[in-house]
Amino acid sequence: MRVIGQSIPKIDSYTKVTGAAKYADDLSLPRMAYGRILRSPHPHALIRRLDVTRARAYPGVLDVITGADLPHTYGIMPTTQDETPFALEKARYVGEPIAAVCAVDEETAEEALALIEVEYEPLPALTSIEEALAHPEQRIHEETARGNIMKEVHLEFGDMEAGFAAADLIRDDIYFFEGTTHAPMEEHACVADCHADGKITLWTSTQTPHYVHREVAKVLGIPLSRLRVIVPPVGGGFGGKCEPFAHDFAACLFALRHGRPIKFTLSREEVFYCHRGRHPVKMLLKTGVRSDGSITAVHLQTFLDGGAYASYGLATVYYTGALLTVTYKVPAYKFDGMRLYTNKPPCGPKRGHGSTQPRYAFECQLDKIAEQLGLDPAEYRQRIAIEPYSETVNGLRVTSCGLRECVDKVVVASGWQERRQRLPVGSGLGIAISSYVTGAGKAIYWNDMPHSGVIVTIDRGGGVAALCGSSDIGQGSDTLLATVVAEELGVEPLDVHVLTGDTSLTPVDLGSYSSRVTFMMGNAAREAAGKLRALLFEAASASLETRAERLIAADRWISDADDPARRISFVEAAQRAEAAHGTLSAVGSYKPPRLGGKFKGAGVGVSPAYSYTACVAEVRVDPETYDLKVERLWVAHDCGRALNPVLVEGQIEGSAYMGFGEAVLEEQVFRKGLHKIPSLLEYKLPTIYDTPEITAMSVETIDREGPYGAKEAGEGPLNPIIPAIANAVYAAIHARVDSTPITPDKIQRALREAARAPSATSEHRAGKVASR
Amino acid sequence: MPKELMTFHVNGETRQVAVSPTHTLLEALREELDLTGTKHGCELGHCGACTVLVDGAPVLSCLALAVEAQDAEITTVEGLARDNTLHPLQQAFAERGAAQCGYCTPGFLVSGAALLAHNTRPSREEIKAALAGNLCRCTGYTKIIEAVELAAERMRPEAGG
Repeated sequence: MRVIGQSIPKIDSYTKVTGAAKYADDLSLPRMAYGRILRSPHPHALIRRLDVTRARAYPGVLDVITGADLPHTYGIMPTTQDETPFALEKARYVGEPIAAVCAVDEETAEEALALIEVEYEPLPALTSIEEALAHPEQRIHEETARGNIMKEVHLEFGDMEAGFAAADLIRDDIYFFEGTTHAPMEEHACVADCHADGKITLWTSTQTPHYVHREVAKVLGIPLSRLRVIVPPVGGGFGGKCEPFAHDFAACLFALRHGRPIKFTLSREEVFYCHRGRHPVKMLLKTGVRSDGSITAVHLQTFLDGGAYASYGLATVYYTGALLTVTYKVPAYKFDGMRLYTNKPPCGPKRGHGSTQPRYAFECQLDKIAEQLGLDPAEYRQRIAIEPYSETVNGLRVTSCGLRECVDKVVVASGWQERRQRLPVGSGLGIAISSYVTGAGKAIYWNDMPHSGVIVTIDRGGGVAALCGSSDIGQGSDTLLATVVAEELGVEPLDVHVLTGDTSLTPVDLGSYSSRVTFMMGNAAREAAGKLRALLFEAASASLETRAERLIAADRWISDADDPARRISFVEAAQRAEAAHGTLSAVGSYKPPRLGGKFKGAGVGVSPAYSYTACVAEVRVDPETYDLKVERLWVAHDCGRALNPVLVEGQIEGSAYMGFGEAVLEEQVFRKGLHKIPSLLEYKLPTIYDTPEITAMSVETIDREGPYGAKEAGEGPLNPIIPAIANAVYAAIHARVDSTPITPDKIQRALREAARAPSATSEHRAGKVASR
Repeated sequence: MPKELMTFHVNGETRQVAVSPTHTLLEALREELDLTGTKHGCELGHCGACTVLVDGAPVLSCLALAVEAQDAEITTVEGLARDNTLHPLQQAFAERGAAQCGYCTPGFLVSGAALLAHNTRPSREEIKAALAGNLCRCTGYTKIIEAVELAAERMRPEAGG
């Protein structure tokens, strides 16, 4: 392979390093208006009166849009359509959109917001899992069947009773994972335009143009064919830009009504209110093991603090249970999940979607088990690791699995064996592992159509165009598309012109979520380019008088593999093929195989392949200030094959950084329903000083179904970071902090508790081990 | 407040545009001078995405008034390349994958270029100090530090830089 496996610069690097890349807020059109959004100051309140008369009359104001203008509900999941672009009768969180002002400039729009009169009747606000459970009578949504429970899941696989009966040691622990937000550097922005033909174009910073296309057209009541969604370069997403927002709907409605363009750009504070970030999750985890450490049964209960609307929460609650089984042999598994509505900005998917929190709990609990059984935590994980090409108790098909190789790599790189027991008091090494989906096996709305489609065309000059509905949010999916097509056709990536994220011109790709693009788009691109290569080889074989099977395409030549002097140029082959077959174009598409069990909820967690990661963290706790310093992270990730090693490293490093932030610094917290810290100064994103040294390593297992064997790299590497740090903290101070983030005050409390009751833990030993 | 005619020396050119006296340098650059390479991530001076060079020193353009920058030499990300040849730091960012989403990149580039202008042998600590005011959410900073080191190497006199 000539291009695959090379660390070529991303094809969009050059526009990004020169400032030429046009993000949504960089777009400007003649006669463009500007929009600003009025948001609820109350966490829960009835809207008694909403009067926009004065705002509408303000000089320079072109329109004011309220809930009454866009009353249709939407929701990213077909069965949980519980949101409207602007609040109708009541507001359910601080920051919920109430109205939008569209004006000739941003200042005028901002000034007119103050002229909108709203009379609120405040209602009691429920802002935690406990409050939501304790007050079923205070309904946040009238439609919920029981209290504020948005969704309840109960699944059981294998013989739980026999599993726990066979256990020599049963641990029962409670963990809490605090909510965090994505905080992409780019604030959400969009521009919409519409001409007299009624065709709307929406440029918006989104990870999922296809889903935005569907939802916006539905709420506006227009045919999908009249709305074109275009994704400009996106300044980071991490899951926070996976659905339409109020500004998308309002911009399209304004453009449709007035036949002129409009731009909305959110402030950083508003981005905190859009949220859709990591759910706070309370977890009750019970695991039974034999004295050799092998797992006999696991029972996980999760309670998700969902915020005010469903967002992706239906999937999230299932995800908190689904992926716990894909790393170790688990013969019996019970999962009870519950997502609750609360009066806070809606939670949704963030890098590692729903799997991050239980993975943290499980890896911390296994660390406790390893200690109790006197096992090395790294060796222990190797021993109970799942086998490649196997099936989990909850019906997930596992293909390639480099878990053991990942553990080997981080153990060697970190000097685990030599250093673990020899570090001074206050310093410690911790290990954890994880797994993640390479693309969701099912679309958000179930259908039998492909998850990704690619069109490739070749022009007479040897230029190649590749079209796909994917959305490059910085991970490099555009580059991957060019790389795969270049590899198949034997040209350079720079010869490939990529057009992506345009719902009118590119075939559907479901979007940049669930780490699906490399695998699904990659396979579709391979198929499309492969069809064209066959036509080129046919033309070349006639010209060279050699069999097509002997030909290879590389370096812009098509040549005889056994006699390289016999060759014709890519351009000549393309012209001959065009003469023979007409204009050269081919499509490819990818749909995951049918996977999963036959129970309700079996669609979440299935994936054509799972990535695996291991992490060793080294930490130091200051004995006086309890300040936690993460010194180093060693991360090894089974990405199947590194199609572009620098990009894979970048994903591993970025994931490790983000996990580190969640483990130690970041928390999305509220006081009386009000976000306590909606700014980048107070919401503690790690700076270059905070971030530990990260050693990223790849393991290549060459998956049978991945493009060239590739699996995901964008999300999975985040998951082991947090428990690895937590376990390292225990190794350093011999006290457990079972909630995130691990802050100095919690470390101090844990040390005090450990000093008071040296063996006070919640484990209860059964049978043989207890009597030892 | 009515706009005033202001003169800016930006990226080696002198430009005259009408700007509201209440507007920041960031707003003048993006909205009046069409230099949208300079980004905003907070408009409160927290994130560093809006960093530009004023007389060679990094300045948060979201906290500077446009009117104050009139007599200075301003360099934005658009002014780092010479004609169509990239600054070594831009080239290194591309090669090392230091720009993922690219949104924080202009701020990092001008902060890094300011460092490299007077120090082509920066230590890791000096690199971190120069870039401590810039937040990146994609890279974990690893590739950014590597890119600064690569550019520094290429810019040293013995490397012909």
